[in-house]
Amino acid sequence: MDNKIAAVTMRNITKRFGPTLANDKVWLNIYRGEILALLGENGSGKTTLMNMLSGIYFPDEGEIAIDGKPVVIRSPKDAFALGIGMIHQHFKLVDVLTAAENIVLGLPGKLDLKAASKKIKEICDTYGFEVDPDQKIYDMSVSQKQTVEIVKVLYRGADILILDEPTAVLTPQETDKLFAVLRNMRDDGKAIVIITHKMHEVESLSDRVAILRHGQFIGDMPTKTTNAQEMTNMMVGHPVTLNIDRPEPVDPHPRIEVKDLTVRDIEGTVKLDHVSFTANSGEILGIAGISGSGQKELLEAIAGLQPVESGSIEYVDDSGKREQLIGKDPFAIQEMGVALSFVPEDRLGMGLVANMDLGNNMMLRSYRKGRGVFTNRKAPYKLAHQMVDFLEISTPSVETPVRRLSGGNVQKVLVGREIANAPSVLLTAYAVRGLDINSSYLIYDTINSQKMRGVAVIYVGEDLDVLLELSDRILVLCGGRVSGIVPGRGAKKREVGMMMTKLGGEADE
Amino acid sequence: MNNKTKTPLFHVSRRAALPWYKTWAIRGAALLLALVLSGIITSLVTGEDPFAVYGAIWKGSFGTTRKFWVLMQNIAMLLCVSLAVTPAFRMRCWNLGAEGQALIGGLASAACMITLADKLPNWAVILCMIVTSLLAGAIWAGIPAFFKARFNTNETLFTLMMNYVATQLVAYYCVVWESPKGSGTIGIINPKTQIGWLPQFPSQKYLMNVVVVAVVCVLVYIYLNYSKHGYEIAVVGESERTARYVGIKVEKVIIRTMLLSGAICGLAGLLLVGSTNHTLTTTIVDGRGFTAVMVSWLAKFNPIWMILTSFLLVILGRGAGEIATKFGLNRSFGDILTGIILFCIIGSEFFINYEIKLTRGAGKEG
Ligand SMILES: Nc1ncnc2c1ncn2[C@@H]1O[C@H](COP(=O)(O)OP(=O)(O)O)[C@@H](O)[C@H]1O
Ligand SMILES: [Mg+2]
Repeated sequence: MDNKIAAVTMRNITKRFGPTLANDKVWLNIYRGEILALLGENGSGKTTLMNMLSGIYFPDEGEIAIDGKPVVIRSPKDAFALGIGMIHQHFKLVDVLTAAENIVLGLPGKLDLKAASKKIKEICDTYGFEVDPDQKIYDMSVSQKQTVEIVKVLYRGADILILDEPTAVLTPQETDKLFAVLRNMRDDGKAIVIITHKMHEVESLSDRVAILRHGQFIGDMPTKTTNAQEMTNMMVGHPVTLNIDRPEPVDPHPRIEVKDLTVRDIEGTVKLDHVSFTANSGEILGIAGISGSGQKELLEAIAGLQPVESGSIEYVDDSGKREQLIGKDPFAIQEMGVALSFVPEDRLGMGLVANMDLGNNMMLRSYRKGRGVFTNRKAPYKLAHQMVDFLEISTPSVETPVRRLSGGNVQKVLVGREIANAPSVLLTAYAVRGLDINSSYLIYDTINSQKMRGVAVIYVGEDLDVLLELSDRILVLCGGRVSGIVPGRGAKKREVGMMMTKLGGEADE
Repeated sequence: MNNKTKTPLFHVSRRAALPWYKTWAIRGAALLLALVLSGIITSLVTGEDPFAVYGAIWKGSFGTTRKFWVLMQNIAMLLCVSLAVTPAFRMRCWNLGAEGQALIGGLASAACMITLADKLPNWAVILCMIVTSLLAGAIWAGIPAFFKARFNTNETLFTLMMNYVATQLVAYYCVVWESPKGSGTIGIINPKTQIGWLPQFPSQKYLMNVVVVAVVCVLVYIYLNYSKHGYEIAVVGESERTARYVGIKVEKVIIRTMLLSGAICGLAGLLLVGSTNHTLTTTIVDGRGFTAVMVSWLAKFNPIWMILTSFLLVILGRGAGEIATKFGLNRSFGDILTGIILFCIIGSEFFINYEIKLTRGAGKEG
């Protein structure tokens, strides 16, 4: 492998954002016929490095060579001319156009959608994609949109493909499909870079791994010669344990009782269909399901954010007194003395205010506690300082707007605020989505410590392995209905996976 | 393959936050640059000595005690209207109806002065003026707010439309209450009895308005930055979903804030009619409802900075008029100077947020 000419050579690349050193003299080789996994904690500079290949940023220092020839990449157009295509974390598609229109958008020459559709079909057949060229983007699932993005860069002749955390938004099944396609492309001689935080994906897919830490290149090696533990240690910089604790529940008794809950969205589609379950105190109830099976509606209904068609959601306090939560908004629920905390899926759009600083975001839950008509501004900033220390949030200061923080740190701010409330019920949706290993484990530990405090935790997750390791019980949703509730200890991944796609899960056997 | 491998000469990147003194140094430099630029253009285009022109602007604003107080009164009134629109703006609710809301407040004041003069004692008339003008302004803003909160109508168009309705209403009452008959204008109201004229400091006719607006300025600042309502306004402005998530009733906040916005406009109308002019015309607000938008934006919706920006815009406006008469220049020339100065000030924000880096080894062939 050493005598092969690298498709891409990055030498001594440095990139600064103001005082932040995002990339610090990074050297990286990317080869054809190989899948390279680029690893690193949140904020270690992976996206920045790849953005300099795809023409989004321009390096402050260093050189880039393609097939041994030095090049300058000033814009995404330059990158395309060199055969480099990148699939970003956030898609850049026009919703009202069809797949084919999006794919040819911005290309020079006459617009010939027929020919384009044909070429798209060819690409799909070669690599095993499924894309309907005439489908509108707004009709598509996240994974379909991602497929369109990939086809789009292939259509433009890319043979160096970069995927930035592509699996963060996919179900396990969709991930498998994507990986099959990527393997086909590798075998076809393309160079592929994938950024992911999931170790088992790295191990099953990649040929080589390269690791960044704090913007510096730490090392690279063939995947076969390493393991999750070693890679994690290199990313974090010190040895870490990769086990999720599952302490026995403490004195569980019913806390939230949901009976026959039915919810429709504004269009009238049934999102939850006669869902019933009990969440106990001192216990983690995991919710598994393909994305869009009603997880969001379920949590939002409990939190008082989702109108309910029928059914009941009762809160049971320590003395056994019951309170109906349906028909109450979050403020009314708080006024009743129910300490309910909610970490929503959309962190910056719902859980936090992106343009406000850490202190002001802490205040979201506490501003009503101020004296008279005034807010108390001291306490939230003090809390923010505590959170920064306790959860190791990396931020220039507590006066920094949260939109400037990386995904993992944003999540820590949100989780930190929600547990600071001393909740008796904690709802979390995709709490570790997009987080690196170290942050993820910190969040698991935090959730576990809440459970030990006697909190009823409802944990909506997408990583089945984690759900199986963390939950005391797992509720499986399928198309808005309860497919089954299984004990977390001893549950089989295959079994739960089956229940996610088919009610009861048994029919297939 | 792409053979042009010249590196770009420079690239633009976002800065980390600058310390406050550097941002103000940049703004100061921009103002200086603007003055130099306008000076050069003045001497090139008109042949006048730019220092003479600036001197004229200065004299026109501060030349005499009277001119100084007229200036203060103008700044105060512009600031008052700007303070009114700011709570709504902080909520990302574009209230462009300040002109109409102030006018309708003025109409309410005038109505009290005219119809109640012979029925109630002076203090009662003034009390009625205060209550009705604030209420009228609030209603004028509350109507679009209600429709926005209820049916999600566009507040920009709705509030603009309400301006025309207010102007027409005032035009109608100018005829109803005309004095002397046939003049089509109202003239000074209660010139002899002075009923409904707001009290004044004996020394200075305009001091009262300045004091009232200064108090309002501090109150609005505290309200926006330290009160629960102010915090709710900021959250709703940034993200309605986040607001709902913490149980803020978004519709209520929209309506409440617009009512406040309208009420302060009503206060501006009250001061203009009851304290400054003692009469009512359709143009009494004099475009301040629109200039206020710029005052508020330039100050980034901060009431204290708005003292500076309204000062700047009033001086520019008056200066333009002054040099037009003094040097026999076209009035538009003053507007050109205003344009240059605003361009530099707004342009300086770019340099505060971004930096331009020269690339080392630029032009090297690769
Ligand atoms: N546009 C930007 N402006 C300022 N800082 C940035 C920008 N993009 C990234 N950063 C900073 O650079 C560092 C690396 O970020 P990034 O490349 O996104 O990391 P990763 O993709 O590995 O999570 C982080 O500290 C991040 O805050
Ligand atoms: Mg990234």
